[in-house]
Amino acid sequence: MLEVAGLTTSFPGESGEAARIPVVDGSDLEIAGGEVLALVGESGCGKSMTALSIMRLVPKPGRIVSGSVRLEGRDLLEFSVSAMRQVRGGEISMIFQEPMTSLNPVTRVGDQVVEAIRLHEPVSRSAALERCLELFVQVGIPDPQARLRAFPHELSGGLKQRVMIAMALSTRPSILIADEPTTALDVTIQAQIIRLLRDLQRELGMSILLITHDLAIVNEMADRVAVMYAGRIVESGSRLDVLARPRHPYTQGLLRSMPALAPPDERLPEIPGVVPPPGQWPDGCRFATRCSIQVEECRRCVPEMVAVADGHLAGCHLVETGQEPGGEA
Amino acid sequence: MNSGSRDSALLSVEGLRTWFPIRQGLFRRTVGWVQAVTDIDLDVPAGTTVALVGESGCGKTTAGRSILRLEQVQAGRIVFDGVDLCALSPAELLPYRRQMQIVFQDPMASLNPRMRIRDTIAEGMRSFGIGATNAERTQRVAHLLERVQLDPMQMWRYPHEFSGGQRQRICIARALAVDPRLIVCDEAVSALDVSIQAQILNLLADLQDELGLAYLFITHDLGVVRYLADRVAVMYLGQIVESGPTEQIFSSPQHPYTQALLAAVPSADPGRRSGAPPVSGDVPSPSSPPPGCRFHTRCPHVTERCRREMPQPVSLDDRVIRCFLASPGGGAAEGAGQGGENP
Repeated sequence: MLEVAGLTTSFPGESGEAARIPVVDGSDLEIAGGEVLALVGESGCGKSMTALSIMRLVPKPGRIVSGSVRLEGRDLLEFSVSAMRQVRGGEISMIFQEPMTSLNPVTRVGDQVVEAIRLHEPVSRSAALERCLELFVQVGIPDPQARLRAFPHELSGGLKQRVMIAMALSTRPSILIADEPTTALDVTIQAQIIRLLRDLQRELGMSILLITHDLAIVNEMADRVAVMYAGRIVESGSRLDVLARPRHPYTQGLLRSMPALAPPDERLPEIPGVVPPPGQWPDGCRFATRCSIQVEECRRCVPEMVAVADGHLAGCHLVETGQEPGGEA
Repeated sequence: MNSGSRDSALLSVEGLRTWFPIRQGLFRRTVGWVQAVTDIDLDVPAGTTVALVGESGCGKTTAGRSILRLEQVQAGRIVFDGVDLCALSPAELLPYRRQMQIVFQDPMASLNPRMRIRDTIAEGMRSFGIGATNAERTQRVAHLLERVQLDPMQMWRYPHEFSGGQRQRICIARALAVDPRLIVCDEAVSALDVSIQAQILNLLADLQDELGLAYLFITHDLGVVRYLADRVAVMYLGQIVESGPTEQIFSSPQHPYTQALLAAVPSADPGRRSGAPPVSGDVPSPSSPPPGCRFHTRCPHVTERCRREMPQPVSLDDRVIRCFLASPGGGAAEGAGQGGENP
């Protein structure tokens, strides 16, 4: 369905164009039809920038410098600006973390959804309004008829996110990119939105690219997982492969350091140090500076992604040579 | 209410009420109240961690700020080390301010960007007369930075030169600078990435062991609570609906809201995914809370009585529960909302 290969997006460095700093560095991703792929990583790892690159919405002066983004075989990076505009919000829709900043505060939410529908399809206002009402019912907005006339500030955070989802679904996209869709929401509301996204995905058979930092959300929603660290994908595979049998030391470290999984009386196993910011990424394996099992080679050359099981890839020298301390985290 | 522990607690809050007036019109008449915190009881024994949990708008932050006397309190007693802080004049309160410190969620917003780290940490010492000379205070700042695992040589830098996790360490060093006995941590690890969060949680645990600190941990993150708290108090719309030892609350929640909250936490265990969302709807506004039990609009076990009458806190063994359905030996609704689904 969607195939991202060697995607590299960079920003000019302090000394200008000559020294561009990559924020996404040769990412490969693949999303099959009807599949939920979670792209997980800590802040600054490039996961949101990957999503924006797929949508060709990288803020200036950032730029996609190489790679390809193929949607059903066609490279989106070669599309004209107007053709890309039809893809955005058409075949690929996106929802964001903070629904308040994505909705126009001075326009009624019904009108905003109607506008989105009519941008992509030549339908009458009343037909679009009817469709909007159906969507509001579908995303579980209580009292949908009255909510059409509500302004964003009159809705709670959970309802605003439901409106955003309705708008994203209005053009029947084949792929929904959800960038931290529940991070700003309370836990009981988060549970409702996760359930809604899962149900809609099944009903409509669409694919979801879920961007998140939260491994618990990944576990709840994803079919497959890609773990990103310092601009690169370091591990990918099915949900159970990556979460139950992680092979990359970074994935293992992340899972171990989660308080929800740790026994209360024991010290949390921490990953030492901090995530290096773009521009200060080490040579070789980027995780080497924080890795407890690194060898000399890790500092010198970049590890390739190797298959450790069917469909389960990890980019680590020790995995390559079979020296890493095994699966179970 | 609950006996015994009350006398030994470092901090003991009784019937705390913090309401904010809603004023309107030419004469700024009070036309209503935002009932942020209504009649909460809470004990924090010395050297322990008590978590105050709830969703946004439940009043947990206001409760923390009220305890530090940063908000005007309407009613109740805040007893710290045997002294009711509400009865003290601002001058009399000063020595207690030193003993109670706070660490906020966003370290960048709580550090002065134009002040060097050394001055930020030493400021509190100066106002409380800790350290006779500047040099002595600088010495102490160096020790504090070492204690929170930062390089003392960095004390002459500014906040923007540090990462988020390092800034939170600086905020912790600032809190420690005046030798507090209680630190209120208001979502202190919520903004941090999970690998950094683990570092800060370990640091807080080490400091508690070394210095015998008590923490009032205000958070919405139940994973963190389960890992670190000795006791938990769950807040909903300004009230504590259930409190007790962490292990008991997590293994057998009694109040329907606690049950719903725990069932809503996404599971990080690859062997298990959660089932249907436990409760529907949104939290009502604290300026017009529903009559009767405040949770009745979302409660799956609501009865006629819940709509009319407000349940009072009831002690059950080591727990306090605010629900009509809670009775000794039997939960409000055993296993409610615990539905599971195998992947």
